[in-house]
Amino acid sequence: MHPAYSVIFFTTASGMGYGLLILLGVLAQAEMLPASRLLGLASLGIALSAVTFGLLSSMRHLGRPERVLRAYTQWRSSWLSREGVLATMTYVPAGLFAAGWIGFGDVGGIWRFCGLAAAVLAGCTVYSTGMIYATLRPIHAWCNRWVVPTYLSLALFTGALWLNAILLLFGHATAAAPLVVLLTLLPALYIKWRYWRFIGSTRATSTPETATGLGPIGKVRLLDPPRTQTTYVTREMGYRIARKHAAKLRRYGYVFLFAIPFVLTVAAAGTASWMAAGAAAAAALSGSVGVVVERWLFFAEAKHVVTLYHGAQAA
Amino acid sequence: MTSLPRDPGPKKLGLVIDLDTCVGCHACALSCKEWNAGGVAAPLPDWDPYGAEPDGVWFNRVHAFEAGDGADGRTVHFPRSCLHCDEPACVTVCPTGASYKRQEDGIVLVDEDLCIGCKLCSWACPYGAREYDHDAGVMKKCTLCIDRIYNTNLPEAERVPACVAACPTSARHFGDLGDPESPVARLVAERGGYDLMPEMDYRPVNKYLPPRPKHDHAASGPGSAVSPVTEPEPEGESRFLRWLDATLSR
Repeated sequence: MHPAYSVIFFTTASGMGYGLLILLGVLAQAEMLPASRLLGLASLGIALSAVTFGLLSSMRHLGRPERVLRAYTQWRSSWLSREGVLATMTYVPAGLFAAGWIGFGDVGGIWRFCGLAAAVLAGCTVYSTGMIYATLRPIHAWCNRWVVPTYLSLALFTGALWLNAILLLFGHATAAAPLVVLLTLLPALYIKWRYWRFIGSTRATSTPETATGLGPIGKVRLLDPPRTQTTYVTREMGYRIARKHAAKLRRYGYVFLFAIPFVLTVAAAGTASWMAAGAAAAAALSGSVGVVVERWLFFAEAKHVVTLYHGAQAA
Repeated sequence: MTSLPRDPGPKKLGLVIDLDTCVGCHACALSCKEWNAGGVAAPLPDWDPYGAEPDGVWFNRVHAFEAGDGADGRTVHFPRSCLHCDEPACVTVCPTGASYKRQEDGIVLVDEDLCIGCKLCSWACPYGAREYDHDAGVMKKCTLCIDRIYNTNLPEAERVPACVAACPTSARHFGDLGDPESPVARLVAERGGYDLMPEMDYRPVNKYLPPRPKHDHAASGPGSAVSPVTEPEPEGESRFLRWLDATLSR
C-alpha cells in the first residue's frame, strides 16, 4: 500500500496525543497527577496539539476536504466515520479537563471524571483507527488480530514516553512515570514482534488462480497488463518495498522505537536533574521517530490482493 | 446511507462475462470510456493523454492471463470491472454515505456530490474496480450504465451497458442474476459460471464463464509457455524515497 505521509503523520501524532490523554486521565483518576497549572498546560497542550495537527494532516489526504462534515454521518457502518465522531467527542471532556487543570489548578472532583471520560473516548478513537485497517479483508497484513493491539499499544507507549519527558522537564520526577514507560513498552514490543512474524510467515488466501478463477486449467500468470503505464490502482495499492530495505527499516524501528527509549528512560529514572529531563526528552523524540518508521512500514509492507490482477503471484 | 439495504430486492442486475469467447479486443473498455466520458460520471478524465505517461480513469480494463503450461496452457483475455457485489465492503466503509447499493436493482454507485475523496472504498475493493479522479477529488466507478439501461430515450434494444453493446463476440451478457429463470442466470448454470475471489466473501453479482475445454488435438507437441511480462520496480516517487533507496542499498 502506498505510504501517504499525511496518514502516517496523522496516525502517529494523534496516536501519541491520545495515548498521552489516556495516561493523564488514568493518573488523575488514581490521584497521582500534580495539580500544577504549568504542567497541565504543557501536557494537555502537547497531547491536544498532537491530536489536532494529526487530524488536520489527515484532511490533506482528502480530495474534497471542504465536505469533511459528511464523514460524521455513517457511524452505523463505517469505522472511519466512527473514528471522526469519537475524535470530535473526545474534545469535549478533554477541554473540560483542561479547563479544570489549567484554569483552576484542580485535577480532582468533577475535573477528574472529565479526565477519565477523555481517556475512555481517546482509547475508543485509537481503537477505531485500528479497526479501519483491521477490517480491510483485501489486505492480509492489516486484516489480522495484531493490528488493533499494535495501534493501541503504540499509542500508549509513545504517550508514556512524552508523559515521562514532560514530568521530568517540569520538575515532577516520580517513580510511576518511568514504570509506566516500561510497562507500556513490553506489550508494544511483543505485539510488534508477533505482527512482523505473522506477516512474514503467512500469505493472503487469494492467489492469481482464485482471482481469475482459472486455477482448474493450471498455474496462472499475467501475460498482458490492462494498461500501458501505472494507474491509480497500481500506484495506490501496488506499492512495493524491497525485502532487504524492509528488514533494515524494521531494525531501525526496533532501535529508535524500543531500544534507545528503553536505555534513556532507565538512565533517567530516579533522578531529577536536567540531564535526566534531557534523556527522557531524547527518549520521547527517538520513540516518535521510531513510530513513524513503524507506520511507514505498516503501509509499505502491506500487499493488496488487487495486485494479483497486475502480475503479483502472492499478496 | 452506506449501510447495505436491509431488505435487498430480488433484482440483481449484473454482467456475465464469457472468457471462452472474449478475444481481448478492448472494445468494451473503449466503449465504456466513451459513454461514461459523457454520462453520469462525466467527465472521466485523462491526464497527459498524448504524452509519455498517459493516465486516466477507466471503469473497465482488459487483462490477458496465461493459465497452465505447454499444450494444456491457455491464453485467456480477462475483462475486469465492478462486480456489483452483494456484500460490497466498499459501500460499508464509506464515511459519508456517498457510496451506496441500490435496493431496487443491486447496482453499487457513488454520489459524487457527497464523496470527500478519502479513497478508503478503493482500499476495500479486492477487484480494483474503483478509480480516483484527482481533478474532481472524488472516487469514480462503473455505474452499470445506469443512464443507458433505464434510458427511455434510447431504443429498447440499446438499453444495455455500453460494454455489452460494443462486444463483437457477444462475450458480455447483461441481465437480472437474481432471477434464476433469466437468460443470464441460465447461462451461468449451464456453463458453470463462477465468482472471482470467492474467499473474500464479497459475493459478486457479476459472474465469469470459464473457457470451454480444448478440443483434443492428437498432434499437440510440447508447447512452450511464453514468459510472463514482468514489470520493473516502480521508480522512487520522490527525492526522499530515492535517497532512502540509495542509503539503504549501501
